[in-house]
Amino acid sequence: MKRTVPFLITMAAGLFMLVAFFVPHPSVRVLYTEMQTWAIVVVGFTYVLGVANLLRINTRHVARRERDWPFKIVLIAGLLATMAIGFSEGISDIMDPSVLGYSETGSRFQWVYITFYSPMSATMFALLAFFIASAAFRAFRIRSFEAMLLAIAAFILMLGRVPLGNAIHPVIPGAADWLMEIPQNAAKRGILIGAALGVIATGMRVILGMEKTYGGGEGS
Amino acid sequence: MRREEGGTFAPVDTIEGGATSYIDEGAEGDVAYEYRLVAQPPEPGLDSEISAPVRARANWFDRTKFNVLVVVGFFCLLLFIYIRRSEGGVQWTFRSIPGLAAIEEAIGRATEMGKSVLYVPGVQEIDDIQTIASMILLGRVARMTAKYETDLMVPTNSPGVYTVAEEVVKSGYSDVGRSDMYRSDQVRYITSEQFAYVAAVNGLMLRTKPAANLLLGAFFAESLLLAETGHSVGAIQIAGTANVHQMPFFVVACDYTLIGEEYFAASALLSNDPRLLGSLKASDIIKIFLIVVIVLGCVLATSGQTWLGDFFATQ
Repeated sequence: MKRTVPFLITMAAGLFMLVAFFVPHPSVRVLYTEMQTWAIVVVGFTYVLGVANLLRINTRHVARRERDWPFKIVLIAGLLATMAIGFSEGISDIMDPSVLGYSETGSRFQWVYITFYSPMSATMFALLAFFIASAAFRAFRIRSFEAMLLAIAAFILMLGRVPLGNAIHPVIPGAADWLMEIPQNAAKRGILIGAALGVIATGMRVILGMEKTYGGGEGS
Repeated sequence: MRREEGGTFAPVDTIEGGATSYIDEGAEGDVAYEYRLVAQPPEPGLDSEISAPVRARANWFDRTKFNVLVVVGFFCLLLFIYIRRSEGGVQWTFRSIPGLAAIEEAIGRATEMGKSVLYVPGVQEIDDIQTIASMILLGRVARMTAKYETDLMVPTNSPGVYTVAEEVVKSGYSDVGRSDMYRSDQVRYITSEQFAYVAAVNGLMLRTKPAANLLLGAFFAESLLLAETGHSVGAIQIAGTANVHQMPFFVVACDYTLIGEEYFAASALLSNDPRLLGSLKASDIIKIFLIVVIVLGCVLATSGQTWLGDFFATQ
């Protein structure tokens, strides 16, 4: 029962969504939109579970003085402080423009976001440049025929994308464009077609209840 | 201009002079409307006659999606045929996917080394099909780690994924009779912010040094950040995604990569369930069909016939 009911709901919702894709009739569209609203409500409830899990794991870390426990205090304090500021500001008041909601520019919540989160997030993203360099170094070591092809293609492409390429020979930017538009596009579209069929097959397996592992049960 | 039958005309839209048709998106159902074209700037001699009254009726089928229905319908038909044949005992052969065999090998390696397995289910919500496929694979991985008594860590970046992943892992342990081994901190919600999640997972990798990293799901800019950190801690890495732009990063930084369709086929191949294998065979057949259609479409287009391409064009 615990597993059958969720699968019946999955099947009904999945089949309805499939039908709704082809049916523009208002009676179907209304329910279609309504079901998407239900999904948002369900996701809202999962946030409560997610935050509870986060607090439980990290407070336990602190209580047991496990490795790096002071960092967990920073995490918990940051989470609670941000939540408190966000809830205290709430949403903006349409009747009173002087009341700033948490998402409005100039609010305390936005200040926290811009001052703390944005620089840290940008720092993480900036690390990508160094990771690309180390990954490229390994990728371009010519250890096989395929690796050689990859290295030659990458060399032409990089040269073709900078003014130096055109200065060396005007054919190089054209060769770079050709690599991107013909072989690269062909391979990419092949992968996309395969993936799209995989998506449909996986979707059908889930909707028809053949694949049950995601719901916490054996698939066969 | 538009008016309800017998009413007063009011402007509804401005269209180019060369337009030969117009769809009124704002028309209410079952109301009789009359239309007339009025020139801008005003020039009464160019205004059209008042049209005959017309009524909008809601359609039960979107005809612009007929081609999608044909292909999906054909695919579903093949699915049912091949699933039936599989259930009837027909055996299918598939090419081996090294990345799949490597999953069990990686978990075995982690067991031998006494280290953990890190499973990252991507950064999309639970309604994303790649995340759903990842949850299916997670179930199989959880059964293997439970069987081998290896620690499994699943950090998630969405509370929706966290709730499903927790249930999947718990059931995986229970399915092999090792419910006692499941710990509530194995599956954890980190944050929904992309780079904060990456920082947390990278920190987890650097602190715990897992022997195997399984990066299976939808990934974006964080793919290389995760894979390179995993490489630096010496973990065997198996990645799988359908995000074409991230595949090169995984190919470079990981030991094995499940590309596109291989990722979606993985759970069926791991399960060895005849019905799931039948559905894979149906995918292969429709792939052959699509290759034939693409080649035929190219030949026809080259000879000036575009009807096949036009039929498959989506709106």
